[in-house]
Amino acid sequence: MDDIVLYSMLVLGGIAFISAVVLYLVSCKFAVTEDVKVMEIDAVLPQANCGGCSYAGCHDFAKACANASENEFVNLFCPVGGQNVMNKVAEIKGFSKVEKAPTVAVLRCNGTCQNAPLKVQYDGITSCRIAARISSGQTGCPTGCLRLGDCVQNCKFDALSIDPTTGIPVVDYDKCTSCGACVRTCPRGLFEIRTRGENGKMVYVACRNTQKGALARKNCKAACIACQKCSKVNPEVKIENNLSYIPDSVSAAQYGEDLRAACPTGAINYYSANEVKND
Amino acid sequence: MTKIKTFPLGGIHPEKYKITTDSPVIFAGLPDVVTIPVKQHIGSPAKILVSPGDKVKVGTLIADADGIVSSDVHSSVSGEVLKIEAIEGEFGYLEDMITIKVEGDEFEPSVDRSLDIDREIPYTAQEIVAKIREAGIVGMGGAGYPTPIKTSIPEDKNVDTLIVNGIECEPFLTADDRLMIEKAEQIIIGAKIINKALGIQNAIIAIDENKPKAIDILSKLTKTYVGVNVQVCATKYPQGGEKQLITAITGREVPSGKLPADAGCLVQNVGTVFAIYEAIMKNKPLYERIVTVSGDTCLHPANYLVRIGTPASYLIEKSGGISPETTQVIFGGPMMGTSAFNINAPITKTTSGILLLSDKIAGKCAETDCIRCGKCTEVCPIGLQPYLIARLMKNHQIGELKDCHTLDCIECGCCAYTCPAHIPLLDYCKLAKMELRKKN
Repeated sequence: MDDIVLYSMLVLGGIAFISAVVLYLVSCKFAVTEDVKVMEIDAVLPQANCGGCSYAGCHDFAKACANASENEFVNLFCPVGGQNVMNKVAEIKGFSKVEKAPTVAVLRCNGTCQNAPLKVQYDGITSCRIAARISSGQTGCPTGCLRLGDCVQNCKFDALSIDPTTGIPVVDYDKCTSCGACVRTCPRGLFEIRTRGENGKMVYVACRNTQKGALARKNCKAACIACQKCSKVNPEVKIENNLSYIPDSVSAAQYGEDLRAACPTGAINYYSANEVKND
Repeated sequence: MTKIKTFPLGGIHPEKYKITTDSPVIFAGLPDVVTIPVKQHIGSPAKILVSPGDKVKVGTLIADADGIVSSDVHSSVSGEVLKIEAIEGEFGYLEDMITIKVEGDEFEPSVDRSLDIDREIPYTAQEIVAKIREAGIVGMGGAGYPTPIKTSIPEDKNVDTLIVNGIECEPFLTADDRLMIEKAEQIIIGAKIINKALGIQNAIIAIDENKPKAIDILSKLTKTYVGVNVQVCATKYPQGGEKQLITAITGREVPSGKLPADAGCLVQNVGTVFAIYEAIMKNKPLYERIVTVSGDTCLHPANYLVRIGTPASYLIEKSGGISPETTQVIFGGPMMGTSAFNINAPITKTTSGILLLSDKIAGKCAETDCIRCGKCTEVCPIGLQPYLIARLMKNHQIGELKDCHTLDCIECGCCAYTCPAHIPLLDYCKLAKMELRKKN
């Protein structure tokens, strides 16, 4: 009886010892040495793994940061962590800080239920991509918001929601990290990452319709008709292909009010931190 | 008569509704204005050759193929080019179209309009392919793939059988049926022409069982033509699908992600074959086609011979207009066609039908939960598991979707048709395919 216990202990103990030796040798032979810098940078990143930096995840981005030269480092930016995180990363790398203006996603469409009434009825599944493939959408605007909320579903930061009165998504600028998931999801490409201007003021053309004015207005009252009135306020405003575009360089604080007032259709949105005007 | 053949896996038996089987094809007449899209095919849009103010005749080349995967576009009427601009197409998106004001009905002198049947083929294989290209022929079954590319088989592929697809398994549509009844001999000669271009001897005209007249006429005629045979297939949807048809007739299977040529077959729709006959023997470019206007709320269903570019609303008016019960206007068949956004959109080379449907047929029920009955798996002609694809798509498990062979889906819609829980399985499959193509 005692022998059985003894033999079992010896056999099992022996197997355990041999396995331990083998595992030790294997772990020595195939050890992965990771750059300490990568781990340090990884630790300060937000770990959202959203892909907003165009890398596969936070760890991948940390690797890219660790391997970057000072020139390459200028182009790397974590939109979620923002300036704070990038400053910390720069400190770890020993590089000088790169100042970048904070950005945010904006919806370039004012096709609300009021501006663009429904023309046909869509009864497929709730997916903008399917709807975009079947037709130009319920409002008839071939570039307008489809109102089915693919962007809301794909936002990891809960910054998007469909406004029940207007039918189109609203960006919560406080929550938005400008990771770009909505830009990639929207089949119409309606989201744009823009810089948050001075005091959080922004001005942009909320329309992507390139149809001629009369045609665009048939579907949506708030369509850009390329009347050029905005470009008279500030000559930096570009009008191409029947569509006006306000570049980031136009100061919202200085021209925002005037640009919004100049637009006869209400296609220009002016946002300042304490007031939201969409119509 | 030989055995009735069919594909082994899946398939459904929807109600036929072939209301217009006995209505002969009538000429729809000329509208006041036609709008001809420059892209009626798969591939790059054709380059426009005319400018506003130009006078054109029926058969005048108005847009030239841009690259190999593209197709010529010809004027379908005589008159004056009014404007060239982007107009709302059938889906509501803007498409470049040539608008022509109709004045009289004058033909290009090269077009032979006599009704005699020419039986001798005086051209070589290369000349035939060149003439098909000049005539701007594309697959008229619905996909619109340029025919000259299909008829020039790469040297490493060995094609031995031409299958003429006379199967019209979509409910309501009768355009191909009528064509086979009225132009039977031309179709057989068309098949001989393609055979000559391919250098093969064997052509099979596949017709489904519910077209006794067409089977009768074609079987009698094929006796005088060596190498052309009629094969009757079971009435089952999607019997007319290219891959299903090849499996049904030859027993071969087209490998996943490959072309019919890899299974030694070439499939052409009867409409395309007839267009090839007319292009080769009569020098007639593709400027008209047969369109079935039908549906349960259509007052006067009919088969029309329509000039390309005629607005769909013109045909709808001719058939009695839209009644109050009509809830959907569908371009194409009810299974694979799409609900039209804009009924003023023109008839293109690939429009086989216009259907006016009420909620009784086209209505949708609310989606409920999957009960795992397995009906979708049973009817899938490819042998996929649509319920699984839908579930993975809902959960965004894109990696697993690939293992389900989602890209082999032919989008026939059998799964969604049969689902007792009314899950829009087809939509999820389409979405999954989009998602996978994006990843690659």
